[in-house]
Amino acid sequence: MSESKRTPRDRDELAIAEQVLEVASAAASGADIEVAADRTRLALSRFANSGIHQNVADDTLTVRVRLHAAGRTASGSSTLTNTDGLRALVERSVQAVGVAPVDPGWPGLAPVSPAPDVAPVDVAAGDATPGDRAERIRAFVDAAGGLETAGYCRTSHWTGAFVNSAGQSIRGESAEVGMDGIARLAGTDGVARKASSRLADIDGGVLGARAAAKARAAADPVELPPGRYEVVLEPTAVSDVLQNLAVYGFNGKMVADGRSFAEVGADQLDPSVTLVDDAPGVGSSHDLDGTPRQRLVLVDRGTTVAVAYDRRTAAEAGAESTGHATGMTSWGAFAAHLGLKPAAGTGHEDFAAEVDGPVAEAATAALVANVERGVLVTDLWYTRVLDTKSLAITGLTRNGVWLIEDGEVTQPLSNFRFTQSYRDALAPGAVLGIGGVAEPQPDSWVSARWTAPALHLASWNFTGGASG
Amino acid sequence: MSEFETAEAAVQAALDAGASYADARMMHRRYESMTARNGEIEDLSQDEDLGIGVRALVGSGWGFYAAPDLSDAAARNVGEQAAQIAHASARVAARQTELMPGEVASGSWSSDCQIDPLGISLADKGNLLAGATGTMREHGADIAEGLYQIWDTRKWFVSSEGHRIDQHIRECGAGISSTVIGDGETQRRSYPAARGQYGTRGWELVDELDLPGNAARVAEEARALLAAPQCPAGETTLILGAEQLALQIHESVGHAIELDRILGWEAAFAGTSWLDLAQLGSLQFGSELMNITIDPTIPGALGSFGFDDEGTMAARRDAVRDGRWVGVLAGRDSASVAGLEYAGSVRADGWSRLPMVRMTNVGLEPGPHTLDEIIAATDDGIFMETNRSWSIDDRRLNFQFGCEVGYEVKHGKLGQLLRNPTYTGIGPQFWRSMDMLSSDIVAWGTPNCGKGQPGQIGHTGHPSAPARFTDVRVGVRA
Repeated sequence: MSESKRTPRDRDELAIAEQVLEVASAAASGADIEVAADRTRLALSRFANSGIHQNVADDTLTVRVRLHAAGRTASGSSTLTNTDGLRALVERSVQAVGVAPVDPGWPGLAPVSPAPDVAPVDVAAGDATPGDRAERIRAFVDAAGGLETAGYCRTSHWTGAFVNSAGQSIRGESAEVGMDGIARLAGTDGVARKASSRLADIDGGVLGARAAAKARAAADPVELPPGRYEVVLEPTAVSDVLQNLAVYGFNGKMVADGRSFAEVGADQLDPSVTLVDDAPGVGSSHDLDGTPRQRLVLVDRGTTVAVAYDRRTAAEAGAESTGHATGMTSWGAFAAHLGLKPAAGTGHEDFAAEVDGPVAEAATAALVANVERGVLVTDLWYTRVLDTKSLAITGLTRNGVWLIEDGEVTQPLSNFRFTQSYRDALAPGAVLGIGGVAEPQPDSWVSARWTAPALHLASWNFTGGASG
Repeated sequence: MSEFETAEAAVQAALDAGASYADARMMHRRYESMTARNGEIEDLSQDEDLGIGVRALVGSGWGFYAAPDLSDAAARNVGEQAAQIAHASARVAARQTELMPGEVASGSWSSDCQIDPLGISLADKGNLLAGATGTMREHGADIAEGLYQIWDTRKWFVSSEGHRIDQHIRECGAGISSTVIGDGETQRRSYPAARGQYGTRGWELVDELDLPGNAARVAEEARALLAAPQCPAGETTLILGAEQLALQIHESVGHAIELDRILGWEAAFAGTSWLDLAQLGSLQFGSELMNITIDPTIPGALGSFGFDDEGTMAARRDAVRDGRWVGVLAGRDSASVAGLEYAGSVRADGWSRLPMVRMTNVGLEPGPHTLDEIIAATDDGIFMETNRSWSIDDRRLNFQFGCEVGYEVKHGKLGQLLRNPTYTGIGPQFWRSMDMLSSDIVAWGTPNCGKGQPGQIGHTGHPSAPARFTDVRVGVRA
């Protein structure tokens, strides 16, 4: 008995959305109307000091309504999904649209278009139990061999539907499993994390052993003077690069505002860099406008070929929506499932090839072997943008840093603060190598995912030691 | 069923399923926000959520479950599920969990609100933002943005110990910003703060901000920044405006004194703390001018409440007294582990999230100076104000902040404008260098404090005033 047994409902999400659309159409004849119903069952078991200390789950159905009438727009949502609650949501939205300020940027409704074809949802992931999560945590803790551990195992299951008064009707289902943990030894930490759509892919023992190996290899770090160093960023660190490129770089609103460096058609990044947002099958099947999600190439071999749009920003730019509405209008549209294409033909396409020590796996070790003198970075932390146009970012290293000399990891280092333009870090000529395998990394935001190989970069600007 | 009866049914179900302790929070929250851009309304959203969350303790394991269904059967199911999850926690147990004994409270509390913000017409609120952003656009902003947010929250708390509390908290705030696009960079000026100003008050807070009256200045200052010289690099005397110092307090003091971080409960995500409980009461955190309180009783401040989310009555407490670290932000379980006798700082972002240690109002007591006196007493330094970026390490030691604007300070007077001002340092070294502090305290509200997994957004307050710090590294850039 657990939250894993899906609570039976007398209506599914599509039926609820259609019912609300019918009520809203009667109350606001002639209006543009969108209705979305999303049910999320999110569960997360958190551990610290090698024990589960927070263990949560919720099962929430949210209905959203957006109306556009007489040039005005209003939107609202509610978790009160009985008949009275839904009727109140419609009435409130109709009242609001009558007195809302004029909205000249309304882009109109999404046209009829089908949901993307995706693989069936893994039943084990969708129905994961607290016991399933505890089992993986137990394995992580045991594999750490007595080191103190902390982290989480998360499972989520989403079902949702979207309808609008232009005839669009779309529904979807997805599940996600993520695990992220550290092992700790005398003030140094090692990390391992992984995301998948399948429960069986998450092996707490493998992740715990990897985190522990890194923690042991990080013991007794020394300070290295600040400065510009060649670096190998492990996939865990590259995820942060991808996230910032997505939110501030290839965001259609940021581009239209002139706040982003991205320029479609320009050769802006190293020719080895291809960036693809591959959303179908991860998270919802459609965006908040009801546009089906689709695979989108943003950078093809160094050339910016597209940016992400929702309907509003696309209309402003004279483009088509790419299905990236986030529901956060002021943030614009961004690709929340961005991946860096791994290098082909490296002979390191199997991520399971574990390496015992500071390097997570063989593909990263192959990049390390090419470094004469540089720094191996496991993770980037608390990164914040100083300037969006140059994508100048400050942050810190975390969960393991090492000196590389003559292709070998020789010495654990203390953490650094860095101040670095991510655009410049990936500029033509700046990328010296890309790992041969990319593994999905979970984000703290459950519906985002970053798929990253390791990166060998010519220069990274470490501006200080984290300890002073 | 009344709200209390629903919550009591959920608690009883958790006890029936084996819990030794359980509490339930039923919450009803209405949220409204509007954004404007370049003189036009960009987005209007009105959200409502209602649900119940139950926390259950079985052996040494916690379980939490939440759902928006409030029928008797559904409430009982929530309680049962919480207990079942707690049973699973015990499969990887690490420590004995006990709750610090506390007063079993019953009562009601409401925040002060002169003008109901949800009662102001949408047209009037829209005209305010559209007008202010239109003015900024006319005065040189490439992108002029405005935002208000309103939260109206009612919550009912019941515990198996006998707590029975209801609260009604109304919060709102607003702000405007101008961004200008230069050759390869952007500049921004905001008013009254980077994310606006917020409090547990009514619309009178927004009226007092006078957004229209500040719109032109903000746009012109943003435009002027494009032509200003870069902030020089080096070590100097640094004067911070109150809003920036509020975020400095939030990041380098508030998070550092969270007891869950100190105990390692946040080690894998938010991080730990450089503070060691063995030094509580003896560690010199800052200079003797540094007096920081934890005070959820400040009228109108964003982190104010009558009771926290495990039923502890709000009370003022010292965190730093004469520069010495003397207090932490705690909950009943973390206090028990640490052997402390106070809690009161546990809150949750809505009914579907687990209550956890959060800041309330963490801020400075007034100093003896004025900003004019601080500037007049500075022969060579830089004045920075309004936050633009923030970053701090996982132990809350090494920070780097960027501000929107800087000014040279030469021979006791403000000099030329500086763009891209940044400063960096180590928390205790920085706070020990504070040698002047203004008496002009404002309780700045931070409505976007992230913590926890699943992520929660907290609302915190930070009384702050302009202050001076010596030998600070400034001008770090890419």
